[in-house]
Amino acid sequence: MSRDYLSTTRRGFLGATAALPALVATGAPGRAAVADDVPLEQYEPEFLTPAEWAFVMAATARIIPSEGDGPGALEARVPVFIDRQLAGDFGAAADLYMEGPFVPDAPEELGPQSPLTPAEIYRGAIAALDARLKAGGRPSFVERDAKAQDAFLTDLSEGRVRLEPELREFWDLLLQNTREGYFADPMYGGNAGMAAWKHIGFPGARGSYTEWVGRAEDYPLGPVSISGERG
Amino acid sequence: MARTERKRDVVIVGLGWTGAITGIELAKEGLDILALERGPDRATVPDFKYPQVIDELRFGERYGFMQRPKASTLTIRRTTDETALPYRRLGSFLPGDGVGGAGIHWNGQTWRPQTQEYRLRSYVEETFGADIIPEGMTIQDWGVTAEELEPYYDRFEYMAGISGQAGHVNGEIIEGGNPFEPSRSRDYPLPPLKQQKDSMLFAETAQAMGYHPFPRPAANASAPHVNEYGMQLGPCNYCGFCARYGCLNYSKAAPQTCVLDALKRYENFEYRVNSEVLRVDLAPDGQSATGVTYWDAETQEEVTQPADLVILAAYSIHNVHLMLLSGIGEPYDPATGQGTTGKNYSYQMNGGTTMFFKDRNFNPFASAGSSGMSINDFGIEQIDYAAEGFIGGSYMTCGHSNGQPIRGIALPEGTKGWGAEWKQGVGEWYGRSTGLGSHGSNMSYADCYLDLDPTYTDPHGRPLLRLTFDWKDNDIRMTQFMRRKIEEIVQAMEPDTWQSSYKGDGARYDVRPYQTTHNVGGAIMGTDPNTSSLNRYLQCWGQHNVFVMGASAFPQNIQYNPTGAVGALAYWAVEAIVNDYLPDPRPLV
Ligand SMILES: Cc1cc2nc3c(=O)[nH]c(=O)nc-3n(C[C@H](O)[C@H](O)[C@H](O)COP(=O)(O)OP(=O)(O)OC[C@H]3O[C@@H](n4cnc5c(N)ncnc54)[C@H](O)[C@@H]3O)c2cc1C
Ligand code: SF4
Repeated sequence: MSRDYLSTTRRGFLGATAALPALVATGAPGRAAVADDVPLEQYEPEFLTPAEWAFVMAATARIIPSEGDGPGALEARVPVFIDRQLAGDFGAAADLYMEGPFVPDAPEELGPQSPLTPAEIYRGAIAALDARLKAGGRPSFVERDAKAQDAFLTDLSEGRVRLEPELREFWDLLLQNTREGYFADPMYGGNAGMAAWKHIGFPGARGSYTEWVGRAEDYPLGPVSISGERG
Repeated sequence: MARTERKRDVVIVGLGWTGAITGIELAKEGLDILALERGPDRATVPDFKYPQVIDELRFGERYGFMQRPKASTLTIRRTTDETALPYRRLGSFLPGDGVGGAGIHWNGQTWRPQTQEYRLRSYVEETFGADIIPEGMTIQDWGVTAEELEPYYDRFEYMAGISGQAGHVNGEIIEGGNPFEPSRSRDYPLPPLKQQKDSMLFAETAQAMGYHPFPRPAANASAPHVNEYGMQLGPCNYCGFCARYGCLNYSKAAPQTCVLDALKRYENFEYRVNSEVLRVDLAPDGQSATGVTYWDAETQEEVTQPADLVILAAYSIHNVHLMLLSGIGEPYDPATGQGTTGKNYSYQMNGGTTMFFKDRNFNPFASAGSSGMSINDFGIEQIDYAAEGFIGGSYMTCGHSNGQPIRGIALPEGTKGWGAEWKQGVGEWYGRSTGLGSHGSNMSYADCYLDLDPTYTDPHGRPLLRLTFDWKDNDIRMTQFMRRKIEEIVQAMEPDTWQSSYKGDGARYDVRPYQTTHNVGGAIMGTDPNTSSLNRYLQCWGQHNVFVMGASAFPQNIQYNPTGAVGALAYWAVEAIVNDYLPDPRPLV
């Protein structure tokens, strides 16, 4: 990977967050209320560019599809969750040790060693994957049908679509963040209506089950969230 | 910039479990004490309050109460030929940070090692012959016995309000408890926790197979309890948000619930947060400490803090880091085996089998950090090492400690990790699986150790600690033995399907998945200054006014979670300080 690439994304990333200082805090109630009302198509991402947003929408819709029981990633508003995470401390690697020297191609068992933050990994990987498809004259990821998208994601997850070492964590991050957006408390923008909790039978933030220990029947109450919504 | 503070009788580095215990015991003596904690202050209200604290994303996934690698981390490699790289993001283990340390976000599984674990090398040599100890394995005796420590375990358990069923009291075996535990002077202070359906199924099956199931001892209070400091614990709610979280209910034993409010009432005790100790300062002759130097994050300056007595209570790996940075003891050299600081780092060898039952619902969200039924029939004293070809042992437990969805839904083998199949799977199997896991010992080896990294530094410019560690054949054989035993029980429990996960031949240490925060060794206790850093009272051999608390003292890891032993050793050491050292400061051995 060229050094140019690193400096462009870093600049791009800083630019994006600097422009939106007020939006970085997760779970700011006013913001959440507004964002939660807009349909996904009208949501204005805090971090993701329109092309990146389209990719994340399309990819998460395959990682947790709508068909079948339970909500899909789109019904759960997972892309909103991912966008907000990338705009905040998680995306900026605020807690991580980010001092060099970096050895991005080190054995994976030694843990992530990329100089890039999670937000930069998303940005870089989505661009790299799109560029690769375009270079081959093929339809981009979002233009493909569901079957072709699944095939591409399978290749990505199994390492047949290779990313440069700096970006190789992309699939793991995308999968982890998709699951987080599905199951985390709704105040982070995903798990809309606590529908993912209902799907599995998790009662959320009730926090007290003394009478329920050792019982075999299904728990009768729907979930509650940290901010007090009832599902 | 630098300032010097007035001299104190005692300075304590770190305010987790061991810092709190030594703090209150020394405060009672009227000493002028300052505890320095690198992280923020933390209390049940507001930091652990309902419902904000039961937030899986913030605390379970983003490690809200843990050490931030940006502020403090280490480098890791598997072998001495490899270049160690930074532990940039937490994974394998999760050191605590802030008042309460890892004592706020532990599960509360509280054990006493078996009698022979304190004299493991002697036991192996006497029973099986020295020949069975593989080349490079560096196990040692602790220099203290189960009998000597019994009163201190008892004290820790009554202070922490442990729920359990004794199995061996004053030499008598008690039905329903662990018959293989060392003899204790009385039962646990509280009755066992309630058990879930899966634990009960396991217990019935194990019993029928001739094993000895018992409730896992828990620092999750099963009933109200008032401890020796007047601190009150309320009964656990089975909230299902225990490990990685502070307890919302004043039920889990933690420095906050068991010690700190009482300690803060002593006027001779003071603590400062956001105060990271950078080194222990030694007298010019190196024979004693003069105090510590710390970084005051508020004023952004280095502070010299003189003290007569220095207690390192900074968690195992951080104790060793401070000793290496301060020149306490000789750094261990794996090539020659000389030196002791950093020697015998070891970890924990766990494995497990997940069972899936189509027609059962275990309601895993209704659980406590230490719920579950265990057996100890394959403990360190129950195995013929010569016949099995390994040294070590394990306890086994069935049960859920939480049902949090992001990290915790097991799916049958072959189920895709995403897509329609995954979505259907999580709906179908959440609550319908359970695990039977082994929690095993890990021996120490000549080439598993801690030293200073040559390349990477922390925000203060100090070299990071470097950890060199990999799995060894002996311990892999132990876990494979446990696998065979567990799979027999699993088959008898008749799940619809099951799958196993144990380290196999050639397994390498992987820092990414969480394993345990049971990092031990590096400042080990013993009877010989040439082979240990501390004497049997956790006193440094070279600097008599420096005592080092925590699991850094273990010469190899026990088969259990460490905190029972860590707490008992803290009481043992602080009693020696009060009764023996303070009247006549000197090397106690
Ligand atoms: C998720 C999790 C689950 C666990 N579950 C269990 C369990 O079920 N059973 C069990 O037995 N054990 C368990 N443990 C381990 C248990 O938490 C530790 O054994 C115990 O907390 C160790 O106590 P300590 O006093 O040695 O260290 P800690 O409690 O970690 O306290 C050390 C303190 O020192 C501070 N410190 C470090 N360096 C410095 C410095 N340079 N200057 C100032 N302050 C410093 C830290 O910030 C911290 O607050 C678990 C740990 C984790 C993380
Ligand atoms: S499970 Fe019990 S002890 Fe653990 S955090 Fe919840 S209420 Fe506290």
